[in-house]
Parts: sequence; structure tokens; C-alpha cells
Amino acid sequence: MNDFAHLLDRLAYEPRRNAKLRLLGDYFARTPDPERGYALAAMTGALSFSEAKPALIRGLVEERVDPELFRLSHNYVGDLAETAALIWPAPSPPPSAGEGQRDGSEGGDGRALSGNGAPLSRPLLTQGLPSPAEGRGNGAGIGHNNPPPEVPTLAAVVETLATIPKRELPGHLAGWLDALDETGRWALLKLVTGNLRVGVSARLAKTAVGALGEHPADAIEQVWHGLEPPYESLFAWVEGRGERPETLNPAPFRPPMLSHPIEEEADLEKLEPEAFSAEWKWDGIRVQLAGGRDRAGRQVARVYSRTGEDITGAFPDLAEAITFEGALDGELLILREGRVQSFNVLQQRLNRKAVTGKLLDEFPAHVRAYDLLAADGEDLREKPFAERRAALDAFVAGLDHARIDLSPVVPFADWAALAAARADPASAGAGADADAIEGVMLKRLNSPYLPGRPKGPWWKWKREPYRVDAVMMYAQRGHGKRSSYYSDYTFGVWREAPEGGEELVPVGKAYHGFTDAELIKLDRYVRNHTVKRFGPVREVAYGREAGLVLEIAFEGVQRSTRHKSGVAMRFPRVGRIRWDKPPAEADHIDVLERVLARGEREVAPGGGPAPEEETA
Amino acid sequence: MGESLRSPISSPMPLRASDLLTLTREGLYCPLGRFYIDPTWPVERALITHGHADHARRGHGSVLATPETLRIMATRYGEDFCTTRQEARLGETIRIGEVSVRYAPAGHVLGSAQIAVEAGGVRVVVSGDYKRAPDPTCLPFEVVPCDVFITEATFGLPVFRMPPTEEEVQKLLDSLALFPERAHIVGAYALGKAQRVMALLRKAGYDRPIYLHGAMEKLTELYKREGIALGETPKVVATERGSLKGAVVLCPPSSIQDLWSRKFPDPVTSFASGWMRVRARARQKGVELPLVISDHSDWPDLCRTIRETGAGEVWVTHGQEDALVHWCGTQGIKAKPLHMLGYGDDGEAEPAEAPETAEPAPGEAA
Repeated sequence: MNDFAHLLDRLAYEPRRNAKLRLLGDYFARTPDPERGYALAAMTGALSFSEAKPALIRGLVEERVDPELFRLSHNYVGDLAETAALIWPAPSPPPSAGEGQRDGSEGGDGRALSGNGAPLSRPLLTQGLPSPAEGRGNGAGIGHNNPPPEVPTLAAVVETLATIPKRELPGHLAGWLDALDETGRWALLKLVTGNLRVGVSARLAKTAVGALGEHPADAIEQVWHGLEPPYESLFAWVEGRGERPETLNPAPFRPPMLSHPIEEEADLEKLEPEAFSAEWKWDGIRVQLAGGRDRAGRQVARVYSRTGEDITGAFPDLAEAITFEGALDGELLILREGRVQSFNVLQQRLNRKAVTGKLLDEFPAHVRAYDLLAADGEDLREKPFAERRAALDAFVAGLDHARIDLSPVVPFADWAALAAARADPASAGAGADADAIEGVMLKRLNSPYLPGRPKGPWWKWKREPYRVDAVMMYAQRGHGKRSSYYSDYTFGVWREAPEGGEELVPVGKAYHGFTDAELIKLDRYVRNHTVKRFGPVREVAYGREAGLVLEIAFEGVQRSTRHKSGVAMRFPRVGRIRWDKPPAEADHIDVLERVLARGEREVAPGGGPAPEEETA
Repeated sequence: MGESLRSPISSPMPLRASDLLTLTREGLYCPLGRFYIDPTWPVERALITHGHADHARRGHGSVLATPETLRIMATRYGEDFCTTRQEARLGETIRIGEVSVRYAPAGHVLGSAQIAVEAGGVRVVVSGDYKRAPDPTCLPFEVVPCDVFITEATFGLPVFRMPPTEEEVQKLLDSLALFPERAHIVGAYALGKAQRVMALLRKAGYDRPIYLHGAMEKLTELYKREGIALGETPKVVATERGSLKGAVVLCPPSSIQDLWSRKFPDPVTSFASGWMRVRARARQKGVELPLVISDHSDWPDLCRTIRETGAGEVWVTHGQEDALVHWCGTQGIKAKPLHMLGYGDDGEAEPAEAPETAEPAPGEAA
């Protein structure tokens, strides 16, 4: 496990793709089965076990460390697994010679640092004893009289996780954490919480496996969905020791092709309109419908998310529609009486855990198809888009299923015509569905279907966002790359104050849209204009005279019971920082109310207030 | 320090600690001695704990500091960095106005000291920045018992437990062995950290030249003159960067991502700092080989130092004050944050980013 952890650690810091491949290849070549197979499974997200919830990890740490110190540390580090890994006290302390000693005048019977085996757990902390969290690698007492725990292998961890009852998880986890070093703990916690994303895509890991035997990644991809961890047959094949594994999955996932954004209309001038086909960009979720027959001749139906996650269970209504052999690429949408509902409505279905009959009736899922990847045993991805599109038209017509329809082609003569359609989809053929359209897609007619995000063949040209000038009110530290920078900003707009005059009311939170250089300036601004602190949150000066105006771009507005203002924005981000603009000139809440009025009619029947997307 | 001093309610004292030191815009001020400690603005009389730029600024009237710190200031700012200077000998009691002052080693960088201010039976210790981990380039920290201990909290969270420096230096040596064709560019603060890394490399048996960015040169020469052996440390010649395969190159942190460092053969970007304990911080700086080497106290050492001083009250100057104040509370020690500005606000910037490190060294425009 430590070996795997150190691989992940190095990968996490290594920016070069080729160096990552070398590190992976080196690891796969020198690590025996089944350890390397579980490592591959961990990196490709192919492991399934009941994951440890963050609350469990938090609980284990809080049995050993003052919860307040843990909370402050977590706020600072910005990552639960890393915080727990760093703060976890080692089970048996080395005697800390030379360290001074605070005497036991507060009524304790010893102190953590002397490693005298006093069972120091939380309740004692409240009596004023030193916390184990202060100790240098020391958890005094816990396991103190036992020999150092054995460092587990990754295989042992994975196999244990897959078999033990849930109630035994905390005990095992604590034992492993005691045995591992800081990096090992970090990797273990990432693994058990299902968050093992460390700068290696599944694709890259498969590329490295393929490279063991000079097979391209696609060759691995083709056999992949029939395989199970720890992939002994796969390694045997790439190392020339065995047959090519048989593909058992008749409905495999095919990695999707993604697009690049058109940032401004000037980008279009470099493209020739006649080389492209256009279609609406639907505001739903990207899915792949895959169908096929297993050896017994039974129909297998799979709904995959964009990342290859099998979401069939959540969409039995769609799975029923997969009566075909092949794979469709399309947008999952909620249709009512033939009309596409807004993303707000779809979100309500996505948020429900239990798939009930009522849910299926109220939120019927549909797929608006826009590509055909395979049909009747033939892989079509090498064929140009124009050919695939023609095949798609015929395929969907042949299905004649109410749940699956075609995303229409948007005809245009030149970029100006397409710009007009994008600005007003309703009058360009979208009719009543226009509110569920967030722009147009451009697809190069002669391009094959390429997994990943190749530059050039596919473009998305989103509609103009709404914009509002708001005033920064609070700032919070970010996570991940931005941990410890004040990078999340709560902003407000003006409204009538109950006691007369005007006041700023918070309407949303934005944490992207600015460059790293701007972040440093914003962070500096927050620190220099703090008026109050609430844990990780700082209140900055705001009012008619003082304050920083942020131009916020957003995609829509919803009613909200959680915000004091009664509204919540979709995808708010910082469009521009208006260092120049006096806060008194920021916008009034009327601006948002007007946008809301436009979308209000979309609120779902029976559903409570629409969920807020930025918290989802 | 008797038990009674721990309790804020027992034995009323003729003077309160706040009579000895108070917080002003310029920094900590002693009204009875009419001096400031580490002021962030020019003042008439300043007592300086150590030579890092955020603590030792130029333009004061008179400056009292250890001889090493005075020499560091003169090296950084020129001989005219203040009007008059006075050397503070470690352990010697100096009378200033109605208080007595004593300097004690802080273990932070060469010449670094704590300042104990005492009057009417009350002693306040201003620790400045300090560490307890061994450092071959400066005197070890000395515990000074006191009533009020004024501490930093740069790494004041229990996630900061610094590993032994030998392990970290070994990481660098291992990487050199693995990538003998690549230059290893190590970002390190120009005063203290850089020389400590050099000394640690020498201790680990590395005897090849250690190349220096121009901004490191003067202070490294100063360390050598003060008797600290650092071996051969040639300055990087801009035109020869391409030939430094497998070399260790030390530069200011701001230079590790500069064009300057890109001219070396396939550089490995490294950074020696306590911040490297947190992954996100290493990634924010684009570091590929983080070395967790800190010149500040880590969490266990902050806690143990507070206990060892026997202080009944702790004031926290800067850094992650919330956690340390909370911990003091759990120990029955009165504590408050001072929210001092100007000392690497919130610990975001490790202090020590000397002004001159921002200037390109001569002859390296490329």
C-alpha cells in the first residue's frame, strides 16, 4: 500500500504526461499481481465497495484529536483526506527525551508527550490535558502496548473492503491508518472515500498498461468492459503470456467526444461555415445509451454518464427504451407533453435518491440523440460525422420509441445566420423548447468520433450569459488548488431596506471566472478589507462608499428559500472585477427579479422550491 | 515562575503585561522604554528580533539587535540602514527607560533572538519567529520563563508536523540519483533557509558545488564570514545554465517558475519550505519535488514551547492564530490573537522574501 501511495504521490506532483506514463509503466512492470491490478482498478475507478463516508473519517479523527483543531485544520488544508492523513497521531510514540513537561496541576494524571500509555481520548481533553494532536506522532495509549501494526497491501485493503460488513469498517480503517505513513494514509483515505483522483485519467492508466506490450490504449479500451479487477488476464495478454481477453460486456461504454468553447465571434472567422453542421446545445446531461445481447441472447441495456459511470439503475424508464444493439450519444432531458423542461426540472429528478413510480411519472426521462457510435455490431466511430448523422436519422426513425428522439439539425447559411438562431432559438425552429437550449453546437462534417477533447472538430457556442454588477460581501477560503486563498465570494445587490433606504442583500456565491493573477489581487483585497471573521469566512467592508464591485455572469435565476434575497443564480461566476466602479452604482435586485419572471413558469408541479444548483 | 502566575485572578501585580507592551499601528510598543519591537514602519527606536525583511526594516532612528542581525541588515540595506545601532549581546541585560531587556537565541536564522522585556516583576517575551528543530546555521532556541509569551503561529495547526530534515534532503539526493541529467532548481528563502539547505546537503555528504542565483550570493558570503562552512557555492553564470546537468541550484522562491530557471537542462522544480507539508500549496507553486523544511516551529513545538515558558498568558502575533489560541484554552492558558498585519499576513507568505530577491541578479536577463 505504501508503494502504491508513493506512486500516487509522485504522480500528483508530476505535470509531464510522458513522465507520468514512465512512472506508471515502471510501477506496473515491477509490481506483482494482484497488487498492480488493484492499483489499475483504483486509478480507473473500477473498484466497488461500500465507501467510507466523510463523517466516518471525521469521527475516527475526532476520537483522537480535538474536534475544533481538526475543523480549523480542515478549513486550512481544504481536503478531508489530506487533513486526516496529516493530523492522524501515530500509534506508538518514541519517548520524547528532552521535552519539557507541564506538570499535572490541572488535575490530570500524566501527559501525552511522555508516552506513558495514559488512555488519552477526547473526554479527557475537556479536563485540560494536552491533546494527542499536539504530540509529535503520538496517540498515547491507543495500541501503545501492541507491536507496530503490519502495513497492509493494496490487495488486502481492497479485498477486505469488499467483504467486511459495514460496521467493521471503522476498526479496519483505524488499524490501517495506524500502520501507514502519512502518504499511505492519504492514499488510503482517498481510496476508501472514492476520491482517488490524482492527476491520472483512466485513459492514461490504460495507456501505460498497453505500453507494457506495445498495445494502443484503444486496444485496452476494447477489452476493458469485460474485465474485472485485478485484471490478471489483461496483464498476461499485454505481457505476451496469454490470449487476448474476451469481451464479455455486450453493451460497453465508449469514451465520449467533447467540444471546445467558441470564446468570441472572432473565433468563428477562422472556421468555414460550409464545413460544419449545427445543432442545439441542450441544457441537460450527456448520456450514452448502449445495448446488446449477452451469450444467452438476453438484451443488455446500459445508461452511462459522460464519465462512463453506469447510471442504468437511476433511469429504468430509459433502460426500457434500449431495445437495440448499438450505442447512442445524446442528451438526457425531461419532457412533459412533448416539451423539453428546463434544467431546474431535470435537477429535481437527479437529486432524488429513490426511483419511485411517482418520480418516473412526474419527471419522465428522454434522450435527444445526436450521434450514433455503433449499430448492429458495427463500430461507426471512424466514419465522418455526416455519415454517422445520416445513419442516426435512420436508426432513430427505425426505433420509433417515444423516449428517444432526434436532436434536429439547425440549418444556417453563414455565421450571421447561426448567430441569429443562437440569439433566438424559438424563432429558428426550437419553438417552445427554446428555454432548454443553452446555445449551439458545431460539428465538422468530415470528422470521425474521437474520444476526449480534440481541438477543431467540435465547438460549443453558448448563449450570452446574464450579467449583474454586485458587491463583494463575504469571502471564504477555497479548496484544492486554491486552498488557503480567499477564492469564494458571496456578493449582494441593492434592495429597499425594511427601515427605509437601501441595503445590500446577498444573492449568490462565485468562485471562478478570474485568473490566478486576479485571484492573488482578490485575496489581497479580502485580507486588507476584512471587518469581521467567522471561522473560515471573512466579512469585507461593503456599503455605498466602501466595497468592491464584481460583474457576475450567470445562466439563470431560481427562487430560493435559503437565500435571504429569495433568489439563487445558476452558474454564477466573476465576469469582470470592477475595481473602478463605486459600489453605490451596483445593480438593484429588480434585475434578478426580471430574469426570474422569465423562467418562473418552469417550476415543477408538486416539487418544493427548486434546488440550488451551485450547492448541488 | 510559580504556579500563581498561571492564574489570571490570583496575586494582583503592580504592573500588567499590557503596561509593558501594547499594540500600535507600527507594531508592538513599550511605553515604559519608548521603543518598538520589529516595527513595520520607521520609528525612532527599534528593537529587532531577526533579519528577515518583514521584521527588520530600514529607516529607523536607532536599532538594537544582535551583532549578526545588524550585519545582515547592513548587507541587505547598506550601512546607512539606520542612524545609530547598538549591539545586543545574548544573555546580557540592557536597561532602557524603566524596563530591562534581554536577548536570547530563537533558533530561527543566524542572529535571530527573542526579546525579554521586564519591569516590576513582570516579564514578557517576544519570541519573534522561532524554531526548535536543529539547525546547523544558528544557535538553538533557549526557553525563557515568562508571564506572557508572545508567539508566532505560522504553522499553528496540528497538520503541521515537520519531518526530520535529513529525510527531506535525502529526497533531493534520491531525485538527483534518479535524474542525473536534470538540473534540480531548489527554491529557498535567501536568508536562512538557503544556507540551512546548503549546510544540510554538506552534512549528508554532498560535496559537489551548489550553484546560487545572484540574489543568494551576498547573504551566503555573510554566513561564511560568520564561520558557517557551506563549501563551494559558485554563482550561476547565465550563459552556462544549459550545461548544469544534474546540478543543485538554489534560487529565491519567486524564481523557480521564472524564465530564468527554464534555461537549465530539463529542470526539476523543488521548493524547501514548511508550506510543502500541504499538497495544495506545493501544487499552487508548480513544485514537483516538495521539501518540507521549515524555519518556524511546527505544531508540537509551538505547544511544547508555550508549556515550557510557564506563561500564564499567550499572545499570538501572526499565522494560524485561531487554533493555537483554542489549544491554549484547553490547557487553561489565557490567550489572544493580536492579528498583526505586515508579518506575512495569515502566514500566506513565508516572511523572508527579501526585497532584493525580486530584483534580477546582474547578467541574467534572458
